Amino acid sequence: MGSANHLDFLLYGAFPYIAMVLLLVVTIQRYRQRAYTYSTLSSQFLENRQHFWGSVPFHYGILFVLLGHFVAFLVPRSILWWNSHPARLYILEITALIGGLLSLIGFVSLVLRRGSNNRLRAVTTPSDWILSVMLLVQIATGLGVAVFYGWGSSWFASTLAPYLWSLVKLNPDVAAVVPMPWLVKAHILGAFALVAFFPFTRLVHILVIPNMYLWRRTQVVRWYGTNQGRVEHRKRSAQDQQQR
Amino acid sequence: MDVRSQVSMVFHLDKCIGCHTCSIACKNVWTDRKGTEYMWWNNVETKPGTGYPTKWEDQEEYRGGWELIDGKLRLKSTGKARIVPNIFHNPSQPSMDDYYEPWTYRYEDLFNAPEGDDQPTAVPISKVTGELIDIEAGPNWDDDLGGSEIYAKNDPNMASLTPEQQSQMMAIERLVFFYLPRICNHCLNPSCVASCPSGALYKRGEDGIVLIDQNVCRAWRSCIAACPYKKTYFNWNAGKSEKCILCFPRLETGQAPACFHSCVGRIRYLGVLLYDADKIEDVASRKDEELIDAHRDMVLDPHDPAVIAGARANGIHDSVVESAQNSPVYKFVKDWKIALPPHVEYRTLPMLFYVPPLLPVMSQRNGDTIESVSEDLFHAFDQARAPLEYLGNLLGGGNTGKVSYALRKQMAVRLWRRAVTVGDITKEAAEAALREADCTPEEADEIFKLSTTATFDDRFVIPPMHREEAIEMMKDTDDHRRETGFGFLTGPRRGS
Ligand code: HEM
Ligand code: SF4
Repeated sequence: MGSANHLDFLLYGAFPYIAMVLLLVVTIQRYRQRAYTYSTLSSQFLENRQHFWGSVPFHYGILFVLLGHFVAFLVPRSILWWNSHPARLYILEITALIGGLLSLIGFVSLVLRRGSNNRLRAVTTPSDWILSVMLLVQIATGLGVAVFYGWGSSWFASTLAPYLWSLVKLNPDVAAVVPMPWLVKAHILGAFALVAFFPFTRLVHILVIPNMYLWRRTQVVRWYGTNQGRVEHRKRSAQDQQQR
Repeated sequence: MDVRSQVSMVFHLDKCIGCHTCSIACKNVWTDRKGTEYMWWNNVETKPGTGYPTKWEDQEEYRGGWELIDGKLRLKSTGKARIVPNIFHNPSQPSMDDYYEPWTYRYEDLFNAPEGDDQPTAVPISKVTGELIDIEAGPNWDDDLGGSEIYAKNDPNMASLTPEQQSQMMAIERLVFFYLPRICNHCLNPSCVASCPSGALYKRGEDGIVLIDQNVCRAWRSCIAACPYKKTYFNWNAGKSEKCILCFPRLETGQAPACFHSCVGRIRYLGVLLYDADKIEDVASRKDEELIDAHRDMVLDPHDPAVIAGARANGIHDSVVESAQNSPVYKFVKDWKIALPPHVEYRTLPMLFYVPPLLPVMSQRNGDTIESVSEDLFHAFDQARAPLEYLGNLLGGGNTGKVSYALRKQMAVRLWRRAVTVGDITKEAAEAALREADCTPEEADEIFKLSTTATFDDRFVIPPMHREEAIEMMKDTDDHRRETGFGFLTGPRRGS
């Protein structure tokens, strides 16, 4: 375990667990008791033009980058295999960088939009502002790592993915993180901070993205019970009446 | 045959006086919360006019309702195929600027102003930002501006009229307007429901009322764009969509919806229609000119034994069938055929029907001017001040046939009643007019009665909603009784 000190343990060994527990407990509690508050809190109604240039690049960018993180975490070998040809490595690095830039540009314009429009400022909560700062820092450190410590797609798969898996296995390998550059550490800490803060923000919209829509019948009708149930219920009450 | 029951409505446009009592009743009951100030679940528009939100009928811009592509129904806005790439920014969602920014006045200025020579004024402040606001639009901004070059002229229903007809409707001697009260039509093929990615919108099986489940709505906002009548609204404060609920808590306790109850002109009728749900898709995909007939045909005769049996098999209570048999809506829509669906070409199959207005009954065109006192009292309706084509665009699915049928019959009823009550028209002449209008003296008397002297109970035949049965099916009634009132106790507060 080498040079890991107490602070390192706290940050990379304990904090991730605190964050995950918060995420689980609070999102579930919030969903069960205050489902009404689960919303994207869309602001398109209040400002409809800049919205497109912020929300769309941000979401496409962040979703692509997050997808990359998940694949590298779940099947690190697939990334290493892909990167075994330099040409493919370049392609991956460049597309990932584009994704990161898209999300940065999109998010900066979303924040500027929020700050400069009176209507939007009126519906922005403190947690929105905190979240904005956290996301900005997270995207910025992520891009910083990509630019200053090249070929991240490969070394993420070979060094960071094992650290994340050690967390999953409840045996955190803190020493794997300690020698990393401070920028990478900041990105890791930012990620867990976001996980911890997640349930208190509008980010919960990610958990309720519609998944049945594409498969469900076009129209939705809700009944109290079933038709058949109603018919039978009526027969029963008619019999009850007769018996009385 | 899949028999279902639908609480349906008729608005008699000749009777609306444009007083907005209905809108205020609704506003006071449902939409005076933060974020809902601009919502008018019930509004009364001046027609010709641009309406609310501005030019809502222009579906090239708003993209509401359905379109037929190779005979298949498709949402004009974001259906299944288009929502995925567009979920982060809805391409056809209206914004607050299409409605108006709600405001109030700084009334405390009236009390706090220092003493001086001038009267203090209360300045307008935005209800969104709290800052001073330059009011550019408000509710009913084009109220009564019938011949206006800014509003009436931009009415989307005017587009297909000839330039001559258009300029006539603008001329000061000729201009004409009427009122169009609007609420959610509680459609049979609702595009709002079909567009909701979360499945938050639904039609109630028992009575067809279209609702938004507030706990499931996630503000993807598809319904706002998809409703061609723009009757789903976005609560910009809570981040939820909201719409007219047809006052279901009132209906369930046997009371008419607030706007119906308060209507000063007594223009509103409410009652059950039974319809065949198997036909929805087929009817909604008919050719434009067949739509009105097909829509009417899917409404079933509640006296037909086969229909009654079908209703029973579907769990519709006999008391609801009985209510359908007394429905004033059935008479207007099916028996007399003088109530028509608004913009049936949007293909949502609206269940609110309008009796088209005769538009000053006693004035008619004479060359370029209007005579209000004519010799024969009642004019030929096709010489009325508003071209039939205009009404056809609004209520005839783009055709004038059904509208002129409804107007001719209403005119014949007037002639007949004049003959009966005053006698300066011969009964023979009136009967001839009735025959020509596909009407009989008995029917004319009935139309007269329901349109004029009908009482509260004639106008609103509210079906028993049998909520007690629903409760019995779900849980013990004794338990329920002890829980009543202990439901959702927190206010609808915005999340973070
Ligand atoms: C498939 C997944 C996602 C969907 C469908 C989705 C959808 C949306 C929608 C509809 C909005 C409201 C935009 C508006 O109209 O104002 C929104 C806002 C937002 N989303 Fe997402 N989102 C997704 C994933 C994410 C992810 C992964 C993140 C970040 C980690 C994220 C962060 C945000 C933020 C910060 C906002 C607020 C933007 C602002 O108005 O300033 N979303 N999202
Ligand atoms: S209350 Fe009745 S008469 Fe008055 S505007 Fe509304 S619909 Fe018309």
